Amino acid sequence: MKDINTVQDEIIGEFEILGDDKESTIYYIMELGDQLPDFPEIEKKEENIIKGCQSKVWLITSFQDGKIQFLADSNTAITKGLISLLIRVLSGRKAKEIIDADLYFIEKIGMGNIIGSQRSNGLSAMIKQMKLFALAYQSKIDA
Amino acid sequence: MSDLVEVIDTNNKGIDVLSIRKEFPVLHQEVNGKPLAYFDNAATTHKPARVIAALKAYYEQDNSNIHRGAHTLASRATEHYELTRTRIKEFINAPSAEEVIFTKGTTEGINLVANTFGKKFIREGDEIIISTMEHHSNIVPWQMLCENNNAILKVIPIFNNGELDFEAYKKLLSPKTKLVAVVHASNALGTVNPIKEMIDLAHEQGAKFLVDGAQSTAHLSVDVQELDCDFLAFSAHKLYGPTGVGVLYGKRELLEAMPPYQGGGEMISEVRFEKTTYNTIPYKFEAGTPNIADVIAFEQALSFINDCGKENIQNHESYLLGYATKKCATIKGFEPVGTANDKVSVMSFNVRNTHPFDVGMMLDASGIAVRTGHHCTQPLMDWYGIEGTVRASFAVYNTTEEIDRLYESLVRIAKRNN
Repeated sequence: MKDINTVQDEIIGEFEILGDDKESTIYYIMELGDQLPDFPEIEKKEENIIKGCQSKVWLITSFQDGKIQFLADSNTAITKGLISLLIRVLSGRKAKEIIDADLYFIEKIGMGNIIGSQRSNGLSAMIKQMKLFALAYQSKIDA
Repeated sequence: MSDLVEVIDTNNKGIDVLSIRKEFPVLHQEVNGKPLAYFDNAATTHKPARVIAALKAYYEQDNSNIHRGAHTLASRATEHYELTRTRIKEFINAPSAEEVIFTKGTTEGINLVANTFGKKFIREGDEIIISTMEHHSNIVPWQMLCENNNAILKVIPIFNNGELDFEAYKKLLSPKTKLVAVVHASNALGTVNPIKEMIDLAHEQGAKFLVDGAQSTAHLSVDVQELDCDFLAFSAHKLYGPTGVGVLYGKRELLEAMPPYQGGGEMISEVRFEKTTYNTIPYKFEAGTPNIADVIAFEQALSFINDCGKENIQNHESYLLGYATKKCATIKGFEPVGTANDKVSVMSFNVRNTHPFDVGMMLDASGIAVRTGHHCTQPLMDWYGIEGTVRASFAVYNTTEEIDRLYESLVRIAKRNN
C-alpha cells in the first residue's frame, strides 16, 4: 500500500490537470464520490452523523488486522466526493498513521476556494472525526 | 441576442435591459471564469450606481445625526431622511408619511407589530391566522406572541400547486380572529396570494390584517389604501436599496393606539423620572439613531424603480419567468415546486435524484447564482415532503440569454442522475 503522502501527491497531480476550471473540478469531485462503496442503509442513523457539516455525512469504521477501515456516505454528491478523498488517503491504515497524518493536499488543491468557507468547516469536522476514531483505537491498543 | 431583442421590442416597450444593466456595477464581473448570472434576487437585489453614490455622498457631504440639530449638515441629513419617508408614502400610496415607520427590515416590522399591537390587543383565546407558505419571520413572532398571551395560531392550508386554500381560509375566520398575517407573494414558491379578498374577509370579522410585502413590493404595485391593509412590512434591500432598512406601514389609528416598541432617544416627548411621555408617530417607533445613510440612499432605489416603471418591471419579469419555466420544463428530471397561476418571478424547483446544494454548487461553478435550501420556510418544505429547493428569482436586469445559460447548465446537471 502506498504511503499517505504518495496518495496525497497523486491527488494533487489529478487536481493540477483540472486546473482552474471549477466546473470540471466539481464534477470530478462528485464522480469520486460516486465510486465509494455502498454504505449500509441501516447505518444511516443519527449517531453516525458527523456534527458540524451542512450536509448529512455518515461515517462508520471497522478495525481489521490492526488497520482502520472507513466507510462513509452523504446526502449531497459534492460532500460525498470530499469524504471519498479523505477515505482514499486515510482508510486501511494504522491508527497512529492517521493521527500523525499532515493532510497538506487539502490546501494544495485549493479546496477552500472550490467549496467555500462553510463547507471547509464541514471538511475540518470530517477530518477531526476520522482522527478521533483513530485516537480511540490507538488508546485501546495502548491499553 | 435575438431573444433579448424580442424582450425589448415586443414585450417591454420602455424597458431597455442593456441600459439598465449598465447601472449595476456588480453585474459586470466574472465568477469562476464565467460572466455572473445573478438569479438570487428574492434574497437580495443588486444596487444601482445611484444608490451607491447616495451612500457615498451622505458620508462625504452630509454626515450628521438627524432631527434637532442646530446646524446645516443636520438639517440637510434630516431633510434627505424625511424625503425618503415621503417617497415611500407615495410608493405604497399611504395616506400620510407619519404612517411610514423605518425599521431594519421586514422581520423587524413584523416583530414590532407582534410586540406592540400584539401585546396590547391579543388576549387569551384570541386567534391569529397565518398560512402554510409563510417565511419563518412571519411565523415565529406570532408563535412567541401566542405563547405569551395564550392565544391560538391557525394555519391556512395550501394546494399542491402552491395556491392557498381560500375556502379553508374562510372557514378559519371567526369573531375570535384578531389578526391575519399573510405573505403577499411567497419567497419560496412565487405564489401571489389574493390578498385584497383576504383582507376584506378578515375585516368582515373585525380582524386586522398584516401583509408581508417582502417579495411583492419589488414586483407588484402595492397600494395600501386600495388593499385597505392594516399593516404592510417590507425591506429596502429587495427593492434595489441598501440592506438594514425596512418599512412598516400601519394605519394611523392603530399606530397611535399601539404602545412604543423600544425605549430610548427620539421616541420620547418628555422624560421625567416620574413619568415619560412618548413622541407622536412615526417617531414613537423609531428609538435611537436610525440607519440614516441607508434610508437616504433608499430614496435613490425608489427613483430607479420609478424611472423603470413598475408596470414595465412587472412585464419584463413576468416574461422572464414564463420563458424560464417553459424552457426548463423540457429538461428530464426538472421538477418545479410551486406552479400557481399568479406568480412573481420566482422559479423554485428540484432536479430529480440530485440534492439542491449540489445543483447550487454546480450552477455556481458556471457563474450562475441561485439560492438552495428551505428558504426559511421549513413548514412549507415539510408540507411538500422535501428538504429544500433550488430557487432562481429574476429581476429587472436579468436577460433571456442568462436564462439560456441556466437552462444549459441544468441540462448537464440533470443528465448526471436522470
